[in-house]
Amino acid sequence: MAARMTVLDVRAMEVRRGGRIIVADATFTAAPGEIVALMGASGAGKTTILRAIAGLDPIESGTVSIPRPVGMVFQFHHLFANMSAYRNVWLAPVHVLKRPRAESELRAQQLLVALGVGDRASAMPHELSGGEAQRVAIARALAIDPRILLMDEPTASLDAARRGDLAATLRQLATEGRTIIIATHDAEFAHACAHRELIVQGGRVHVVS
Amino acid sequence: MMSTRASAFLLLVCLVLVSAALRSQSVPELRWGGDAEGGAPYVEADASDPSRVVGFDVEVAQLLATGIGRTARFVQVGFTSIDAAASRGDFEVGLSGIEDTPARRARLAITVPYYEFREVLTVRSSDKDRYRSLADLRGHRVATLGATLAYDLLVDSEARDGIIPVTYEDDVHPYSDLVLGRVDAVVLDAILAQRGVRRNSGLTNQPAVLAVGHYVGILSPEQTALRDRMNTILRDAMRDGRLERIFRRWDVWNEDQPRLYARVLADNSPHPVPASTLVSSTASGPQTWEAARRYLPALLRAAVITVVLSCLSMALAVITGALIASGRVYGAAPLRVALTGYVEVIRGTPLLLQLFVLYFGLAAIVQLPAFLAALLGLGLNYAAYESEIYRGALEAVPSGQLDAARTLGFSERQTFLLVRAPQAFRLALAPMTNDFVALLKDSSLVSVITVVELTKETSIFAANIGSWVIPGMMCAAIYLAMSLPLARLARRIERGWRHG
Repeated sequence: MAARMTVLDVRAMEVRRGGRIIVADATFTAAPGEIVALMGASGAGKTTILRAIAGLDPIESGTVSIPRPVGMVFQFHHLFANMSAYRNVWLAPVHVLKRPRAESELRAQQLLVALGVGDRASAMPHELSGGEAQRVAIARALAIDPRILLMDEPTASLDAARRGDLAATLRQLATEGRTIIIATHDAEFAHACAHRELIVQGGRVHVVS
Repeated sequence: MMSTRASAFLLLVCLVLVSAALRSQSVPELRWGGDAEGGAPYVEADASDPSRVVGFDVEVAQLLATGIGRTARFVQVGFTSIDAAASRGDFEVGLSGIEDTPARRARLAITVPYYEFREVLTVRSSDKDRYRSLADLRGHRVATLGATLAYDLLVDSEARDGIIPVTYEDDVHPYSDLVLGRVDAVVLDAILAQRGVRRNSGLTNQPAVLAVGHYVGILSPEQTALRDRMNTILRDAMRDGRLERIFRRWDVWNEDQPRLYARVLADNSPHPVPASTLVSSTASGPQTWEAARRYLPALLRAAVITVVLSCLSMALAVITGALIASGRVYGAAPLRVALTGYVEVIRGTPLLLQLFVLYFGLAAIVQLPAFLAALLGLGLNYAAYESEIYRGALEAVPSGQLDAARTLGFSERQTFLLVRAPQAFRLALAPMTNDFVALLKDSSLVSVITVVELTKETSIFAANIGSWVIPGMMCAAIYLAMSLPLARLARRIERGWRHG
């Protein structure tokens, strides 16, 4: 069998906070188009792993190999409160990727429509429901064309019907070749959409399936 | 926590002090008000014992107290509030080089005059042939003490000769500023002028007499009986040479005084000599409104100065405050320590002191024009407060949004400009508006460094008509007219943001 292609390669990663080890010797990989679920109880270290991969928290030792930019969807979305949903999505393409404004706006509109929130484009973040805000946050993360999307507790603010929609959306994104890493304690959701599940326990990563 | 024993001891000390104060009040005394800041030869703290005051007014007060069988007790009052304090009855008689004016005659009980003075022009010795009179000073700044006969002389000359009057709160800095070249002449009474020339080298008093005035004692209007007793004592002292000895001791006796005493002794009425005619006539009834109408343009001009000064100072405060806040949030440790030090020093010391240091204290090194010193003083003081507002607002923007910006690839600068600063500005707007309104009112403090803004113009107006009622109401109305639209504007902006 040919060696599996990897897009994300985490090896012996250790993260400390205030001297305390939060993540120890985490090693795992992900392939293009793969959905990997990091499962575990609250405080197990799932969010810290995502933050370290995204470059938000420094790693103590080990290596992370990941193509930039990285798309990240936070548990509480963290949309920029001073601008509309629409501007949240086109801001990074214009200012970071230096793409033309008109092109970025068109793409933002397409992403919002594709995620089912096209009609909420002009709404301010505080006017969005939890599910709407999450989809705007996904659109914002996708707008910079990341090969990897990191999602922290994506089902936390969704009801059962919305959870099903999200699973379908993620599957669709994976079929387009994107790798998605999900940190979740929602086993049912993980079973529904992940190709592979890893258990995080006491800061260590275990392969289960 | 203070122990019970310490509290009991403190209470005991307080009781002893209060009872001592009450005991001392039971001894018959004559409270007399004056301003020790005025200095020699009027009233000044004794160099060998600063709790005592000395000066010819101190000795006149002792003369009066002895004459009515009491002991004199000095009450410190700011020179510009001495009339109001006298009519409130804060003391029995005010003596501090107080001029006999029609306004005082109308509102207070006034003793007979006990000293005649001349208003003279002081210039730098190098200018003594150029500036012989006020008419030679067209377009030049001429200093004096506010709310005095000399000030009225200058206002008169402003209209006639085109000079620029500059008022001071004290009679020392006009002369030091004349030496520095901040003003080109000083008009004050000869006693102060001689002292100014003695203390500052390179100054000359011109021989011409610009006006003549008299010093009197002032009492609350209902104290006419006490005033009459004091008049008898003063007349006796004029006759038997006791007043002459006092003025000789302070080296201010001259040939004008015997002539004054002869007139006072020849006429037994309470007002044997006319009040200075230069001072605007006393105000009551329709005359007050007439005066108000006359002063309105000056008040509005002063209001423009207040607005311009406040707007420029606030702009400076906002820019400097934003830089300080950014430095404290993003800067390296030494910068953060230095900026924190600046904020604590500025917030921990009075604005008034900062203005004095900027204008008078630094004068030997850099001579800031008064308006610039006022702008810097207010702006840099408020910058410290603004910076704390902005720092708090910057830190209140959720860190999750900053993480989101980082993962999207924004630089720190882009994150600051596009995400953090706009949100912080919204949070800061309400306290900023509050500060602007406070600054608008604090700008009245700059009158101590000779900038005549709204409050100062009002106090000059009030001193000249002898009442605060109409001037105070007009001044308050103008301040409200300036601050209320500001508050409305801020509310509108905030509402606009909430909905958009």
